[in-house]
Amino acid sequence: MFFDDPVLMSRLLTILTLSFHIFYATIGVGLPFMIIIFHWLGIKKNDLHYILMARRLAKGFVVTVAVGVVTGTAIGLQLALLWPNFMQLAGHIIALPLFMEVFAFFFEAIFLGIYLYTWDRFDNQKKHLLLLIPVAVGGALSAFFITVVNAFMNSPSGFELVNGELTNMNPLLAMLTVSMPTKVTHVLATAYMTVAFTLAAIAAFRLMKGSETSYYKKSLNVSMKIGFIFAIASAIIGDFSGKYLAEYQPEKLAAAEWHFETEERAPLILWGILGEDHEVKYGIEIPYALSILAHSDPNAEVIGLNEFPEEYQPPLIIHYFFDMMITIGMFMLALSFVFLVARWRNWSFVDKNGYRWLIVMGAPLSFLAIQAGWWMAEVGRQPWILRGIMTVDEAATTAAYVDVVFLGFVLLYLILGIGTIVVLRRMFRKRSIEEDLAYYSGGDERWA
Amino acid sequence: MGLELIGITVLWLFLFLYVIVGSIDYGAGVFNAHSILTNKQHILSKVIQRYLSPVWEVTNVFFVFFVVGIIGFFPDSAFYFGSILLIPASVSIILLALRGSYYAFESYGAKGHKGYAFMYGATGIFIPASLSVVLTISEGGFVSFENGVPVLDYTALLTSPLTWSIVVLSLVAVLYISSVFLTWYAHKTGDMEATALMRKYAIIWSVPLIVAAGGIIFELRNHNIDHFESIMQLWWMFAISFVLWALTLRLIWLKRHFGAAVWLMIFQFMFAFFGYGISHYPYLLYPHLTIYDGFTNEAMAISLIVVFILGMLLLLPSLYLLLRLFLFDKKYVKGKRE
Repeated sequence: MFFDDPVLMSRLLTILTLSFHIFYATIGVGLPFMIIIFHWLGIKKNDLHYILMARRLAKGFVVTVAVGVVTGTAIGLQLALLWPNFMQLAGHIIALPLFMEVFAFFFEAIFLGIYLYTWDRFDNQKKHLLLLIPVAVGGALSAFFITVVNAFMNSPSGFELVNGELTNMNPLLAMLTVSMPTKVTHVLATAYMTVAFTLAAIAAFRLMKGSETSYYKKSLNVSMKIGFIFAIASAIIGDFSGKYLAEYQPEKLAAAEWHFETEERAPLILWGILGEDHEVKYGIEIPYALSILAHSDPNAEVIGLNEFPEEYQPPLIIHYFFDMMITIGMFMLALSFVFLVARWRNWSFVDKNGYRWLIVMGAPLSFLAIQAGWWMAEVGRQPWILRGIMTVDEAATTAAYVDVVFLGFVLLYLILGIGTIVVLRRMFRKRSIEEDLAYYSGGDERWA
Repeated sequence: MGLELIGITVLWLFLFLYVIVGSIDYGAGVFNAHSILTNKQHILSKVIQRYLSPVWEVTNVFFVFFVVGIIGFFPDSAFYFGSILLIPASVSIILLALRGSYYAFESYGAKGHKGYAFMYGATGIFIPASLSVVLTISEGGFVSFENGVPVLDYTALLTSPLTWSIVVLSLVAVLYISSVFLTWYAHKTGDMEATALMRKYAIIWSVPLIVAAGGIIFELRNHNIDHFESIMQLWWMFAISFVLWALTLRLIWLKRHFGAAVWLMIFQFMFAFFGYGISHYPYLLYPHLTIYDGFTNEAMAISLIVVFILGMLLLLPSLYLLLRLFLFDKKYVKGKRE
């Protein structure tokens, strides 16, 4: 029976937990950075609006951090509960970054607590801003270390395999794997980008609803600028990732591109539907593009999926995830670029509702791109949990009742997800920006 | 001292810290829910909120630290405990998650939501219970092997008197630790009513604590004679713990030096906790897994210890800053700084 298979259920539960956690993790990495920017702008320009942005965002941040912490704890424990064989093996090689991640998390937690509860205890706002730096650094370092672990699973190194026995382990080399640089930077850049576009979306939405105009205009402009910078960074790093895949994980790239025959001058296929016998219908074919993506050379040879034994081929569904991610990334890059040019040239169409709706759409789209990117990266290394060493079937728990546990977590995430939305809505509705502005500017010397 | 011993000592210390800070947190939730039930919420909730708000996430990290640390230093424990703990650990995670979200949800959204406050209180009872099951399992006798994979015998576990003694002890300990601490904290805030109430709870829970602790040693004699005998060899640690308990109770009874009472209480648990831990040596899971056969390779062990020391150099000052700002800042504690 479908639900009785512990391997399948372990995979589903891991996907569920990670996909849920990634929403909060992305905010956890990106938001403190944005709060720093706003807080800093507020001090520099002596502008109450920016200070209030930082303050209001920090309040909302508590809610997402709380859920991020508990879902992060969940995935941390589930690694051992659902994949005990994997953790036994990996613990010998890759425990170091996991351990370091906890320290990064510790700093973030301590300084976040201090920052949130000391707004009014510092006469000097600059000192208070300093508290946020360890929060942002801690968040980025957690992402760094945990992505290092994931990079190791994609490209294991730092040990030797002699007759099936692991020897000569080097914990540092296990962290510095070939996929690590592109993975880590891509994760960080896309997190900053996504959060910036989300804040832009909120500002655009509030502007359409006629809220405090100058406050949200400032927020929109800064967010779009930051979003644009990181969208460019994400695209450039994405290109490096493609070259990494061509070199070290060609089966993933080939599956993502539906590239079956090894050939030179390989075209890139955008979208389309896969028919019988690996025939692509309705796809858009861009000549030479895959060769350029893989090797920066239109004539280069790209390895096809047929070179790999069938049992080691990743599922072909990852093509859709790949396209989703790329398409959204390009769309957001174009959207923010046009916005910035329009601001510079004083074109007013970006202030019309039509364009603002596009910006509002940018938030869910960016999160969808994050999810699609992770699904592509993770499903794309099937059937391996440790590429070339251990398959997921060998790693999963044999315990019964994984299905019951799965249902328990579905329920938990429903409660947490709905709770987050309800609480955040209530929090920002209860005190609108107009009320906040009146409160802090009316006779209160702290912000004068 | 071998690397294995350093590893397990560090982890045991962190588990101990989690037991203390976690207990304060869990107990506070229980007292909070109880005070709503008995219409005494106005007495307690302010004191509890003021202490817990800035520290709840840090509490959680102590637990994660222990879990990640034990997998790092003893990867085989991931295989043994991971395979058998799916159900009890998942229950703990779900309860921890509901609890962790409470602060954020309660403080901003559902302020005064009674159902949520009760759930919060209930998790304060069920989480220590579900976590303490791991201690029972590590005593051995509940795990057998099928096709080389450890399997947990739930019937034996749930019908064993040892299980229930440990569960009772964990609950009573939570309530006792929390009430002693909150007596001191309430006293510092200058809230006489809350101090009196917490002092009453501290006295109420002190006797069951010692009875339950004694009961476990008695149960162990039937369950795991090896462990019982090594506990007997360390009798002096438990004797010191008992004396510290009596001194704590005396201070609380005389309404004097509540701060000293907290320290005596912490050292009381430290002696008992380490006495228990040392007597369990060298087993992680009796009799299948010792700290020697489950240990990681030397390169990893050394790098973990180096990282631990570096991490501590950054962590201790930060923790000190947190405590200074929220626990020992006279103005904040008295509610003059919000």
